[in-house]
Amino acid sequence: MPTAPPVVAVLDGGTGNLRSVTAAIRRAGGRAVVTADHRVAREAAALVLPGVGAFDPGIAALRSTGLDRVVRAFAEEGRPVLGVCLGLQLLHEGSDEGTSPGLGLLPGRARRLRAAGSVKVPHMGWNQVAWTTSHPFLADLGSPTRFYFVHSYAVPMGPAAVASTDHGAVFAAACARGSVFATQFHPERSGAAGLALYRRLVEAARCS
Amino acid sequence: MALARRVIPCLDVAGGRVVKGVRFEDLRDAGDPVELARRYEAEGADELTILDVTATLEGRAATAAVVERITEHIGIPVTVGGGVRDVEGVRALLAAGADKVALNTQAVRDPALLGRCAARFGVQCMVVAIDARRRREPDRPPAGTGWEVVVGAGRTPTDLDAVGWAVRAAAAGAGEVLLTSIDRDGTHLGYDVPLIAAVAAAVSVPVVASGGAGHPADFLAALAAGADAVLAASQFHDQRLSIGAVKQYCAHRGIEVRWP
Repeated sequence: MPTAPPVVAVLDGGTGNLRSVTAAIRRAGGRAVVTADHRVAREAAALVLPGVGAFDPGIAALRSTGLDRVVRAFAEEGRPVLGVCLGLQLLHEGSDEGTSPGLGLLPGRARRLRAAGSVKVPHMGWNQVAWTTSHPFLADLGSPTRFYFVHSYAVPMGPAAVASTDHGAVFAAACARGSVFATQFHPERSGAAGLALYRRLVEAARCS
Repeated sequence: MALARRVIPCLDVAGGRVVKGVRFEDLRDAGDPVELARRYEAEGADELTILDVTATLEGRAATAAVVERITEHIGIPVTVGGGVRDVEGVRALLAAGADKVALNTQAVRDPALLGRCAARFGVQCMVVAIDARRRREPDRPPAGTGWEVVVGAGRTPTDLDAVGWAVRAAAAGAGEVLLTSIDRDGTHLGYDVPLIAAVAAAVSVPVVASGGAGHPADFLAALAAGADAVLAASQFHDQRLSIGAVKQYCAHRGIEVRWP
């Protein structure tokens, strides 16, 4: 008998495009629920903390809805959390883009990327991601693989980094700690490689 | 450098269909947007741009329904523009599935709009679309770099210098410049390479070259001039050129591209 698709809650910070995330979750075999309600999020099998917008409004939206506590609870209970782009930065300790503290579930701070000559900021487009540590979410993917990035801030390589990308400087393309996994790139906008990552998330959700 | 230069098919949309004109006029039907979008993704498009070419003239918002249908079916980024007037218009397109929203006429009228949108949504999803035309009397004041900004779907000259406007727009909150040569649009005579070089040298945000692509060598010339991405419409719609052929041509000449 086929099992029901696991519910993946997409945390809604009110700043825009969540459709690509929900479409990717559906294609990967999950059921996507967009919500700003901490009770709904609490019941999900996995969380996606997406990322469009600026750091301070992003953190403020999580705090005002109580979703910050849900993310922390998932991390403590070892249930899957995927942070994407700004979501990765929100999971860290802070960012030069704002003054608010981050969620602090990953070590380090986001710094502004520096434009120089042909290195443009925002870093926009398909860049190579090389795995620096093995992680189950990356098992299906070769190294390096191209993913789609669009961001102006990035977290330097640190103890939680599992993948690196070079754009003027080397930064953390993906980070992981416990059940928290985060990418600076947008897997939902990265074609087949990105979809492979969402499949791993849905699989983890099924087991959680 | 490992960042790939992007090849971007553009879907000019009017009334839910893809259209294409010459020098922004004589629009003709070029197909179903969703069908084309899927074909382009499969062929290796790095991104899609959807421009509602009738939006500004008819005073209506870009066709969110088309955007929703397209973004539901593809897994690459989508930029949408055409007739966007305010923060709410940007929000609605992002909610419909756009990854980036391009402002054109309204950004010229109200440059602070770029800043307001960037503060809310981030600079990474704000694009300034600039339609530039070579000045017919370059010596006529006000002096500039030789190109002026034209708004209102290519019909209303502004006397604004195109390079200067690109710099101001990037400072105001645009994270990318979509630079179209009106002189070359739809002509297949090649991009306006000096225009691209002038803008790419002046701003530190990515520049997308648009208008005039005919031969793979045209794409290479734009990239060599400093464009981060190259956009074309009718050459791809009419299958005179494939995205793969353009990438192969450029890759053989040392340009970093992405293979799907």
